[in-house]
Amino acid sequence: MDTAHEEATTLTEPKKTTTVSGSVALLEGLIAEGTDTIFGYPGGAIMPIYDALYDYKEKLQHILVRHEQGGTHAGQGYARTSGKVGVVFATSGPGATNLVTGLADAQIDSTPMVCITGQVFAHLLGTDAFQETDVINITTPVTKWNYQVTDANEIPSVLAKAFYIARSGRPGPVLIDITKNAQLQMFEYEGYTPCEHIRSYRPKPLIRKEYIEQAAALINSAKKPFILFGQGVLLGNAEQEFKAFVEKTGIPAAWTILGAGAIPTDHPLNVGMLGMHGNYGPNVQTNSCDVLIAIGMRFDDRVTGRLDKYAKQAKVIHLDIDPAEIDKNVKADVPVWGDCKETLPLLTALAEQKEHTEWVEEFRAYDKTEQETVIQKELNPETGELTMGEVINKLNELTKGDAVIVTDVGQHQMIACRYAKFNKTRSNITSGGLGTMGFGLPAAIGAKFGAPDRTVVAIIGDGGFQMTCQELGTIMQSGIDVKIMILNNRFLGMVRQWQQLFHEKRYSFVDITSPDFVKLADSYYIAGKKVSEREDLGAAIDEMLNHKGSYLLEVMVAKEHNVFPMVPQGSSVSEIRLK
Amino acid sequence: MSNSNDIEITGKQEFTITAYTENRIGILNRIAIIFSRRKINIESLNTSPSEIEHIHRFNILIHETEEVVRKLARQIEKQVEVLKVYYNTNEDIIWQELALYKVPTDTIAEKVSVERLLRENGARAVVIRKDYTVFETTGHREETDKLIEVLQPYGLIEFVRSARVAIIKDSDGFNRKLREFERREPGEDVIENEFLDKEKNVFSM
Repeated sequence: MDTAHEEATTLTEPKKTTTVSGSVALLEGLIAEGTDTIFGYPGGAIMPIYDALYDYKEKLQHILVRHEQGGTHAGQGYARTSGKVGVVFATSGPGATNLVTGLADAQIDSTPMVCITGQVFAHLLGTDAFQETDVINITTPVTKWNYQVTDANEIPSVLAKAFYIARSGRPGPVLIDITKNAQLQMFEYEGYTPCEHIRSYRPKPLIRKEYIEQAAALINSAKKPFILFGQGVLLGNAEQEFKAFVEKTGIPAAWTILGAGAIPTDHPLNVGMLGMHGNYGPNVQTNSCDVLIAIGMRFDDRVTGRLDKYAKQAKVIHLDIDPAEIDKNVKADVPVWGDCKETLPLLTALAEQKEHTEWVEEFRAYDKTEQETVIQKELNPETGELTMGEVINKLNELTKGDAVIVTDVGQHQMIACRYAKFNKTRSNITSGGLGTMGFGLPAAIGAKFGAPDRTVVAIIGDGGFQMTCQELGTIMQSGIDVKIMILNNRFLGMVRQWQQLFHEKRYSFVDITSPDFVKLADSYYIAGKKVSEREDLGAAIDEMLNHKGSYLLEVMVAKEHNVFPMVPQGSSVSEIRLK
Repeated sequence: MSNSNDIEITGKQEFTITAYTENRIGILNRIAIIFSRRKINIESLNTSPSEIEHIHRFNILIHETEEVVRKLARQIEKQVEVLKVYYNTNEDIIWQELALYKVPTDTIAEKVSVERLLRENGARAVVIRKDYTVFETTGHREETDKLIEVLQPYGLIEFVRSARVAIIKDSDGFNRKLREFERREPGEDVIENEFLDKEKNVFSM
């Protein structure tokens, strides 16, 4: 962000103006905001911007995706690994409507993005012109903010506002719809000024001392305190502050899937994953702790299970930057509204140095049970078909937990989140709130552009892969290095699991066939291999990781394997089933 | 309005939501979908310029529980171009609706004592023409309804009623607050979360 500000005056000195087109002003603004990569797809109504982009090839890298939805997921992946704002271009009409899934995903998962759509000429608005869609109204529910520009003079200030809104406070996606005439219009450009204030918008709340004090008092008097942390810790760049808080207070901490990696998997106070397919201890102990400290998480129903039986015995401290999240699902006894980068150190300062040895030991006991009944079988089966868990386990051994793991949605996602090892923050890229199948492959592309020095492994099911597999073309053309592991169980596995458990095994349309994925990759000039035997797995993953360039590894896994533990829908977290 | 019974049975009652927003295209939609997404009906909605230039004031009337209204208010206030949101029960506000009634002049002149009719209903004649007369009254729903009943026998031609507009009894207005909003480092009374701060007394500005 700071570098963006320094570069903000690239084009002009104060008071000097230059006559430029709206399109050029847009690209200058993007550069000033620190954008280096754009994921996009051209079309009629955005052609003036693409024409201008032709002269900006050196400064702005444009990645041609194969579908605009892929563009949005790539933008999300980029934002999640880099911490910067993802930028996506699309044309009007179908180009813009194809953004909706990615916008909805970014909105519910608080991912900062700026999407630019072309729009028909202003004088044609409302005439059902070719490729005209009411993009602003279609995207209103799935954007943090959106705006239609019909005059080039507005472009610099609207873009500045868009970036400011996208990344400040609780981040989210923003869309700017620019009519073609505004893109073409020549105007007196005065340079780019980043936005730092909008009078109706308060992204950064003042921290209220009394709540910090109340929270600290509760924490200090707690016998069985328990921390739940979510993506807010990552979004606030507060990993260090969080670690200091956890270590001083000695409180066991469990994560939502978007919070994974905020502290390393191996940290002694990291007790595992929350929610429907989370770990045994964290779910059960939610209903036996005395103080629940929720940090940057929003009590999603997949985390809480049945709300009227959720942590009723506990006092709840809720740290969140978004006041609308306080009391939304779970009533907070102490609301700590603010940026956790600021609130956590204040809380740490007032918290007593403690060790909750016995209490942490209880988590270890639950973990032992889970290891024996679920995890060992999943990670180290000796006979039978390959399990998804052992694939992740093998991957952990070879990457040592340093890779960025991108997942799609379904059984493989839950298994990957449960078992993947994360040493670093911003390493687990997944579609949490929206559960978007098809997210994985394009998000992995974006993740790699956002973290070019890291190994990026996309773990995708056979169903989800077929939703956005055209993005293999994006990989081919951009030449980036993404490792793709398809865990193929020949089923839409998660739905099949529910049909088995709750619908008397009536397997209704979950049986899915697939093309030869290795051949498909080959047709995009991407190397690949298919593996189905246990003895070949390690070598195959090793080959994939050491291959220069992208690689697709298809792993044939057990057809009817279920993800456990599981909190059945409508059950309390403490009613979690181990089988 | 069988409000008191209703509260006991469903926990729902009338709430008037007051929102100060920027005067911007699309903000109406952003606010409206917060209700429609949750399948909540807006009973009446007024949006018009406030006493401050460029700032609009919304009055939204809904029938809901306090808990739901509190969450709605927070969702509205979360919108980038919304400055401030309050919600109030009927006890906390002074409210009015404006109603216009068009009746045939001949019937009304022949058959009723117009003066008495106006006086009894707190109404006034806005336009008197040969063919029709337009009356106006302001008041609560039952008051404006009553005049419909009175005028119906005389051939009421047309009727229209405005949305509710409401003044919050316990408020100091918005001017001072706005000045705070415009500052880059606003004072605590703007930035604090009033809903959390004054749980029992959220309505005071």
